[in-house]
Amino acid sequence: MALKLDAKIPSGPLAEKWDKHRFEMKLVNPANKRKYSIIVVGSGLAGASAAATLSELGYNVSCFCYQDSPRRAHSIAAQGGINAAKNYRNDGDSVQRLFYDTIKGGDFRAREANVYRLAQVSVNIIDQCVAQGVPFAREYGGLLANRSFGGAQVSRTFYARGQTGQQLLIGAYQALEKEIARGGVRMYERHEMLELVLVDGKARGIIVRDMVTGEIESHAADAVILATGGYGNVFYLSTNAKGCNVTAAYRAYKKGAAFGNPCFTQIHPTCIPVAGDHQSKLTLMSESLRNDGRVWVPKKAEDCGKEPSQIAEADRDYYLERKYPSFGNLSPRDIASRAAKEACDDGRGVGPGGRGVYLDFADAIKRLGRQAIEERYGNLFEMYQRITDEDPYTRPMRIYPAVHYTMGGLWVDYNLMSTIPGLHVLGEANFSDHGANRLGASALMQGLADGYFVIPYTIGDYLASNKLEKVTVDHPEFTAAKEAVEQRTRRFLSINGTRTVDSFHRELGKIMWEKCGMARDEAGLKQALVEIPRLREEFWRNVRVLGTGEGLNQSLEKAGRVADFLEFGELMCLDALHREESCGGHFRSEHQTEDGEAKRNDERFAYVAAWEYAGEGKAPILNKEPLAFENVHLSTRSYK
Amino acid sequence: MNLTLHVWRQPAPGQPGRIVDYPAPDISPDMSFLEMLDVVNERLIERGEEPIAFDHDCREGICGSCGLMINGAAHGPMKLTTACQLHMRSFKDGDEIWIEPWRAKAFPVVKDLIVDRSAFDRIIQAGGYISAPTGTAQDANALPIGKPEADWAMDNAACIGCGACVAACPNASASLFTAAKITHLGALPQGQPERMRRALAMVDRMDLEGFGGCTLFGECQEACPKGISIDAIMQMNRDYVLASATKVEAKEWSGSA
Ligand SMILES: Cc1cc2nc3c(=O)[nH]c(=O)nc-3n(C[C@H](O)[C@H](O)[C@H](O)COP(=O)(O)OP(=O)(O)OC[C@H]3O[C@@H](n4cnc5c(N)ncnc54)[C@H](O)[C@@H]3O)c2cc1C
Ligand code: FES
Repeated sequence: MALKLDAKIPSGPLAEKWDKHRFEMKLVNPANKRKYSIIVVGSGLAGASAAATLSELGYNVSCFCYQDSPRRAHSIAAQGGINAAKNYRNDGDSVQRLFYDTIKGGDFRAREANVYRLAQVSVNIIDQCVAQGVPFAREYGGLLANRSFGGAQVSRTFYARGQTGQQLLIGAYQALEKEIARGGVRMYERHEMLELVLVDGKARGIIVRDMVTGEIESHAADAVILATGGYGNVFYLSTNAKGCNVTAAYRAYKKGAAFGNPCFTQIHPTCIPVAGDHQSKLTLMSESLRNDGRVWVPKKAEDCGKEPSQIAEADRDYYLERKYPSFGNLSPRDIASRAAKEACDDGRGVGPGGRGVYLDFADAIKRLGRQAIEERYGNLFEMYQRITDEDPYTRPMRIYPAVHYTMGGLWVDYNLMSTIPGLHVLGEANFSDHGANRLGASALMQGLADGYFVIPYTIGDYLASNKLEKVTVDHPEFTAAKEAVEQRTRRFLSINGTRTVDSFHRELGKIMWEKCGMARDEAGLKQALVEIPRLREEFWRNVRVLGTGEGLNQSLEKAGRVADFLEFGELMCLDALHREESCGGHFRSEHQTEDGEAKRNDERFAYVAAWEYAGEGKAPILNKEPLAFENVHLSTRSYK
Repeated sequence: MNLTLHVWRQPAPGQPGRIVDYPAPDISPDMSFLEMLDVVNERLIERGEEPIAFDHDCREGICGSCGLMINGAAHGPMKLTTACQLHMRSFKDGDEIWIEPWRAKAFPVVKDLIVDRSAFDRIIQAGGYISAPTGTAQDANALPIGKPEADWAMDNAACIGCGACVAACPNASASLFTAAKITHLGALPQGQPERMRRALAMVDRMDLEGFGGCTLFGECQEACPKGISIDAIMQMNRDYVLASATKVEAKEWSGSA
């Protein structure tokens, strides 16, 4: 049965939609708010900001995360910055321009109304964070500093050294802890959500595993919010934290929430290249480095083995500056990544295995002095040196693209509600704002916009407009879901095969990277669709999970996540196969222009692919939300 | 490289633990310390033995999850480096490596190398925030803050809450952690209204959680992977003394009113 996708975009002019909607939404009477309970899964920027704000409003909130403290959510790792249309630099920025840049950066595959609202509330985010004590970088005059990020020609990125995500998250975490102390939020650390519970078709609770005692618990509420982050770890190697997973979102998908554009994944151009088979994750070198670093490879393949300092200026190919003169080294991520891959495919890559390009600071050091560079990027340079044992002040960094972010996610309407009533999805876990490619410094903005400024309004409207029966965890739906989780746990422990969970994860990652990575084609995707089910079958027959379900068991935790990745990877490949066009991070080799740029097909594919689960062993159903571009002109994206 | 590990194994909280020896042959110097443990764990599972449990997530030195005593040093031999960022090239072929969890009364062991650090969250709950409910903020540039003050706030805000300071301290004091937050927020104009209350409440909470007192050994500063300085502790002590004095005054005030 096909879903009815109603994006619930308010009528009226773009710039007035959010105001109008805020006025039209129903409110929950202040005295009644404490009678409502809300579950928030996730304590990253999206989850922590939502949980704290909803508690401030008076709701009863329960918040869950798998780490030992909400402060450790993966948002903590964001380095470069957060965008906002403050126009403090007086360089021509505006809400309209941030909106336009984001729509264009996303290669015209995002919903206009959501993106406009994001640009509007971006300015409030900076105000809010400063009020909380987030120590953003400042000028000597005491005012806030800015830097530039890819895909924009204005300087609108706010930052706190190379630790912007950390500082924003600590701000949200402190607000959350304040609410925990006040009794408005009950925090469940080291608890992993393993199932969503629906009662009468509405999201009414979750099943979690207490990762310390091993107990499987049921939690009921009036509404559920998922803010569980992205699924980049389906590739095994990515810049994501090791625990990042698709489980919460995938469980919701299997209960009826449509999954939007699963194949839209972002490969970040500047990461430290893979060093060997032992590699467990990849480390990002912030995009902000491209403000001062110049990307190049040797012009001639035979120079690749030489020391970079021995390669004459005339023998270097600054390929981004050459191909995209108006954006140069600050070209958007999808474009910069593909260009690096091309150079390496052309035999001009550097470093072990020929999978690397140079990011060179020599000119910037000459122009600004070593100290200025140290001030801007000191911690990144140290991190690079620690990992590679090379000194980036004297020798150009070696970088290569790596999986970084997932634009796809659970489909949500303008109110951030999924196709399951009562299930709301925030942050990287939803699909909404970045289309087929996210611009740098926009994920932090989106997570905080969703949590601080959107959901507090829209969830009130949901609660006030629906009659919600009282539900407790004794309801048969909870008992059944809990039983299913317990059974699955027992099954993992009873297989007792010969291969470790990680070995399956690595193998899946390799399939995904080779066939559904930076470039995809029909033959490869079809092959992946054969290989993944085969691997999954072996997993359920031959995985080895030792220990018991009672108590802390990290292999068991991983097994659950990898089992879901093994199903979800297939959905990604299906989506990539069906989308016979290239757009943003989704590059289908069959669809490119003569000079190798992505070729979109707006006639056929200007829609969101919202996949619906159809049952075990059945092909998922494709639903389409057409995208209307009424305020920006659908054009070929050019950064030349 | 070929190494020998001596690792603390403890099945559950409150149960006895012991050091178990594991040979770790064929380790590449390019591996991170945690990748070395991954390799050892994969081999253990293949042999049918339960892997060594340790906390980790970002593996970039920022989330504060990882925390190991490595040869008696919190996060191991490299300064300003978390265990996840430590690379095996810091060791030599044939080395013996002792790996233990953080040891502190306020950080009970959960399993093997994993400890319970929730006491840190409760210290923050006591007052480690600025009350600024969503929606109440003025324009961000309406409040200029000098670069030196902002930088000093940032130096202290860089704390990752890993607990190395506690593990390194002979008294298992949480002073550096607590002081870093008091100093971060106290350096900013937004943090002033709650400054005294914050210092009192956080310090009292720290004592209540069972952390030891600070005798300014300075081991915490040496162990801190983020380079937070014990100047923060001086700041905390000043705020605490001042707050204690003004608290008395506040009482007198209300009494005479
Ligand atoms: C290295 C790096 C650098 C980045 N730099 C930038 C940048 O400079 N600017 C920018 O805008 N963006 C950046 N990003 C992207 C950005 O950090 C993320 O997209 C964003 O922080 C995601 O926030 P979130 O709240 O949606 O999810 P997360 O922060 O990932 O939080 C997810 C939460 O969900 C919980 N969770 C997950 N699964 C479960 C489960 N099954 N049960 C219970 N809890 C669960 C976790 O415990 C966690 O609390 C960067 C990303 C990386 C990897
Ligand atoms: S794993 Fe995050 S700091 Fe080490």
